[in-house]
Amino acid sequence: MKHMKRLLAVAALGVALGIFPTASGIQAQETPAAGEPSKMEAPTGTPPAPAAEAKKEDPGAAPAQFTQELMEQIGGAKVAMDTMWTLIAGMLVFFMNLGFASVESGLCRAKNTVTILAKNFVVFAAASIAFLILGWGLMFGDGNPFWGTQGLWFVGGADNSPAMGDAYKGVYSSINWTGVPLWTKFFFQLVFAGTAATIVSGAVAERIKFGSFYIFSFLMVGLIYPVVGHWIWGGGWLAKLGMFDFAGSTVVHSVGGWAALTGAMVLGPRIGKFSKDGKVLPLPGHNIALATIGVFVLWFGWFGFNPGSTMAADAGAIGRIAVATNTAAAAAAIAASITAWMLLGKPDLTMILNGALAGLVAITAPCAFVSIPSSLIIGLIAGFLVVISVLFFDKIKIDDPVGATSVHLVCGVFGTLCVGLFAQDHFTPNTTGNGLFFGGGAGLLMAQLAGVVGVGAFVFIVSLVFWKFIAATIGIRVPAEEEIEGLDIGEHGNVAYPDFVTVAGRGSALIDGSGKMVGSTAPYGARELSKGTV
Amino acid sequence: MKMVEAIVKPFKLDEVKEALTKAGIQGMTVEEVKGFGRQKGHTELYRGAEYSVDFLPKVRIQILVSDEKAAKVVEVITDNAKTGKIGDGKIFVTSVDEVIRIRTGEKGEDAI
Repeated sequence: MKHMKRLLAVAALGVALGIFPTASGIQAQETPAAGEPSKMEAPTGTPPAPAAEAKKEDPGAAPAQFTQELMEQIGGAKVAMDTMWTLIAGMLVFFMNLGFASVESGLCRAKNTVTILAKNFVVFAAASIAFLILGWGLMFGDGNPFWGTQGLWFVGGADNSPAMGDAYKGVYSSINWTGVPLWTKFFFQLVFAGTAATIVSGAVAERIKFGSFYIFSFLMVGLIYPVVGHWIWGGGWLAKLGMFDFAGSTVVHSVGGWAALTGAMVLGPRIGKFSKDGKVLPLPGHNIALATIGVFVLWFGWFGFNPGSTMAADAGAIGRIAVATNTAAAAAAIAASITAWMLLGKPDLTMILNGALAGLVAITAPCAFVSIPSSLIIGLIAGFLVVISVLFFDKIKIDDPVGATSVHLVCGVFGTLCVGLFAQDHFTPNTTGNGLFFGGGAGLLMAQLAGVVGVGAFVFIVSLVFWKFIAATIGIRVPAEEEIEGLDIGEHGNVAYPDFVTVAGRGSALIDGSGKMVGSTAPYGARELSKGTV
Repeated sequence: MKMVEAIVKPFKLDEVKEALTKAGIQGMTVEEVKGFGRQKGHTELYRGAEYSVDFLPKVRIQILVSDEKAAKVVEVITDNAKTGKIGDGKIFVTSVDEVIRIRTGEKGEDAI
């Protein structure tokens, strides 16, 4: 803050003296930010000259040391603001784990509450460690078009962040476009990896073994997610092909969605979900209030997910992206309300909740590249799609207790393709160009399609192999008796709502120091018979 | 001694309880139950899948009374729980073999 005050004072003085117009003549390094118009100039590496009175050789020129210091302060302030924004946005995304936990436990039965919360809890822990150990390196390390090969372990590669562009010297060059320090980059990317992993827990709920999910989460964040991430954000083959995914409709949501799908397929449906003659039976969630809280939390967290992906305090972009995000969510919620109302007779709240999420997922890829009206249309379509999807997956006998595949896979794919349709070059210049609807032709759409197909094939196959491997070794599904009793007891020995849990020996615990039962006047064990018959 | 067990509509509980205490009843047990009689339920959809809402929420009140008081209690409950619409509920009167007060060990009518 000391720097900020000094900066403001100097700025005021500078304006008064007319220094600013001549500042561009002073030697300073300018590093380009990818796609974002750079308003500030990065600091030079040279230290300021000794604080002596500046000699003005001509009235128009600024004292060199004075302006250099100013430049460094401005640059330092920019890094600080970018870092603060990126970190806070990352914390919002972290908070989305609460959202997922609440939605999933709310939409499932009470007897499985503990196991669902446990999965959503440990998945972030597993993600944190897996991404630290290997995930980051595979994703952002320099390497080949498919995965990183340098700086693989423990984020240990050479790196001189926050230096950007040509000034960057290190092995994570694919992410040198953002001017924040390395651990800030890591933290922000980590919470995204965690999101992809936690998506899976919803589709496999109420019948998966806890340990199997734990192991899969490590594989997901250590291997599957970072490889895909490398293709699109790590400078890999899809990035080179011109595919764009601003905040992760493909990288995060469809990856989670494909893995959720294969998990649900390998597991099979819950007992009681489909009748013998193929009818779809409902297994209503036990706490729609909790589910609603969860969706609000997710919506809130998405304001970090999308605008935060600028990884810069870019005032021009982050507000617009936030509004695009919100508009899509709202439009999708409305579209889902109407769709559910028309198709099912009444506006099922669980469908409306899924609707809002669908809009959020769909706008995640295009949010920086599209107009607000476009985001509205994208949201409307997503809200319609998700309701149809939920019914569709039930029809083909894929049991997804919370609609994770409909929300994240289907709308993740849809959102990715929307980039190819709705992108407009001027929002984030020199990146996507124009999409199909804005005169750019089908080129961008083809790149997006290549991404969808490539990522889909890879994640579907690899996650399927991993699930099958886990199933063949330690097993993947709980026994039928346990599934009926509820996984809380079978997997964890916990009861989420223990109304009638009895404890042997409780009686002796209720005796106070003087040998009396707590709360009574009678010594423990004494019987006093009243007057009257025995 | 008789156990008077009444299944009534939940929103009628306050009225019934007040009327019973006015009539001199000193205790009762209440629980939330679900049930149906000739009042039919209906079908609903959860995420597109059909389920039937046959069991409707009711309240069960259990009152232990001496034989002489049973008829009066039935009358009080009936008057206060009735709405005239289907689903008002039923009252069962059964004989009780023994009653014991846990605190003092009293039995029989002394324990009511």
